Amino acid sequence: MFRSQTFSVRRRFSDFLGLYEKLSVKQCLQGCIIPPPPEKSVMGMTKVKVGMDDPSSVEFVERRRAALERYLQRIVSHPTLLQDPDVREFLEREELPRAVNTQALSGAGFLKMINKASDAVNKMTIKMNEADTWFEDKFQEVENEEQQLRKLSAVVDSLVNHRKELCMNTALFAKSMAMLGNSEDNTALSRALSQLAEVEDKMEALHQEQAANDFFVLGELLCDYIRLVGAVRGCFDQRMRAWQRWQDAQSSLQKKREAEAKLLWANKPDKLQQAKDDITEWESRVTQYERDFDRVGMMVRKEVLRFEKEKVKDFKSQIIRYLESMLQSQQRLIKFWEAFLPEAKAIA
Amino acid sequence: MMEEVKEGSVLSVQTNGIKVSEVVKDGDSLTFIIISQKLSGTGEYHVARTYDDFDWLQQHLFSQEEVPGIQGIIFPPLPARAQVNPSAKVMKQLGLLALGDWKPYGAALEQFLQQVASHSVLCKNKALEDFLTSTEPPGRQKSKKNILNRLSQAVEGLRKEGHKDVEDFFQNERDLNQALTNCTKVVAEKFLDVVQTEQKISVACGHFSAALQMCVESAEDPDKQDFSRVCKSLSEVFSSMGKHMLSVAENDTDSLGLGLDLDSRYQDAEKEMLFRRTCKLVELEAAQRNAERAKPVKKAAMEEVKKTTETEFNQISVMAKQEIMELKRARVQWFQRALVLWCEKQLVTAKKNTEQLNLHLEKVRALA
Repeated sequence: MFRSQTFSVRRRFSDFLGLYEKLSVKQCLQGCIIPPPPEKSVMGMTKVKVGMDDPSSVEFVERRRAALERYLQRIVSHPTLLQDPDVREFLEREELPRAVNTQALSGAGFLKMINKASDAVNKMTIKMNEADTWFEDKFQEVENEEQQLRKLSAVVDSLVNHRKELCMNTALFAKSMAMLGNSEDNTALSRALSQLAEVEDKMEALHQEQAANDFFVLGELLCDYIRLVGAVRGCFDQRMRAWQRWQDAQSSLQKKREAEAKLLWANKPDKLQQAKDDITEWESRVTQYERDFDRVGMMVRKEVLRFEKEKVKDFKSQIIRYLESMLQSQQRLIKFWEAFLPEAKAIA
Repeated sequence: MMEEVKEGSVLSVQTNGIKVSEVVKDGDSLTFIIISQKLSGTGEYHVARTYDDFDWLQQHLFSQEEVPGIQGIIFPPLPARAQVNPSAKVMKQLGLLALGDWKPYGAALEQFLQQVASHSVLCKNKALEDFLTSTEPPGRQKSKKNILNRLSQAVEGLRKEGHKDVEDFFQNERDLNQALTNCTKVVAEKFLDVVQTEQKISVACGHFSAALQMCVESAEDPDKQDFSRVCKSLSEVFSSMGKHMLSVAENDTDSLGLGLDLDSRYQDAEKEMLFRRTCKLVELEAAQRNAERAKPVKKAAMEEVKKTTETEFNQISVMAKQEIMELKRARVQWFQRALVLWCEKQLVTAKKNTEQLNLHLEKVRALA
């Protein structure tokens, strides 16, 4: 499939957005769930551009890197998208032409775009008569899920903030302990307190890691899925559009038949052939669009089922990663305190 | 009616057996149940006391003017008054003791009683015996507020505090105490911040667990079931984590937290004592000057005053030196105990958490 075993290319952030643009346009009428790219961030990028070396810039860069990686992984694990020449080109080609139409994905972000599209669909006057409630039910589920994910994301945000607070407070405590150790006149106690200050510094580093764990493993998982669920909503909208197109074609066909009837009655044989040709054309379009609609419907069903399976796998593997990281943290914590215990006992 | 204070009263309970077994909330006030073990034979004293009773006890200890060198004693520090719904100001004063549903506060009061009971001079005060053994609450009448405490807060305090000492030992101790008073206060405050953040994390974990539980649905769709199981597992993980953090915060409070709080209050108590002695020194130097400059007619009287003040000062200094040495020794011990206990508790909790995490990990791995 690819030219070499391993290869690397350089890409800009806008290239990733460009890839999404291309895929959306192409897969527009297919009903695929196209993985959404990470959001643009004016704030984050400005800091990085200015060259600020502070921890939040470093965190931003890492966050973006990880998000882009997940984005690409989701694309290549999709059997249809992997076949797409644009995807291959993105991964292989040395130089990519500069992506231009990424304005739609700027600032306001991906979800706003999806919401706009949904609103347009909702405004369609003809309501669909669902023979099969599967689509309606699923759509409702998807909307509920988005709400739940948002709530979970907010709680995780709060947790991450508290962990960062704990880092800060631990550092301050360590410093105050060091000062106490320095002022102590009893040598054994002074030494133990100074060592305690050092252990607390190590604890601060541990808390930092745990905050990163919460953020990168759980927080980002939830954010990704909020966007993915938006993409799922997007593909339901695609089906609605396909249905709309079919309905529109049917009414056009109806109009053409009425036109033919009028001509027959008005007895204008020269325009009659044109009318008959029109009817034939629209009849085939109606058939085509009906087939398209059915095909999109099947694709949506397939995609949604695939999405749900992937979701379970994704969540499961992230939870395992989270727990493993927590365990490592605990092990290191135990080592620190086991090393300190004899020092504490040696005070007197 | 003021209680009579008999000298040479012997405490009839075991020092280490004094326990504050319960803190009872009664509307707006707190009542403390104190159990003491009888020295002779078996049996216990059960008494119920309020903060006012503790205050009464302390006032009696302060007011033992007939005890030579009483001002040289480092009085075991009583924690600040607690309220059921503490104001922000009271919360700040109490610091760590306001946490944990008043259990640490009870422990601090217990420590206070044990310190008084094991003090060679203070344990002889009948007020202590009455406090611990009498079924009726000791006289609630407000005894005259003794000026022995909080002297250094008075306006002239700042001026006298810097007064140069006549003995190196005491000058050094005053300097050291100055440094330690500041350090221990900061350490206790910073530790409290850590504990409170741990509590916040515990609450956040609980919220996350609850929010996840709401994602669990009983549906027939197998895919939905799978996801529900995943959510349920994660919910259980965070429920454990919440409980774990709560344990961590409790460990912190019960061991090192109490130790740091006690240390900080003792530094303050030592500061008060050193200040009393410094004031006496100032008084003595003034008396010496007066005796020197006195006109012949007043000379004898001034000499008397000088001699009395000198005796008092020497008694205070002797007592103070003993007390300081004792505090130094005791401090090292209780720090060691607090640190060892804290360390051991942390290890136990961490190992338990590791077990829990391993169980959860196995469970999640086993999910289809």
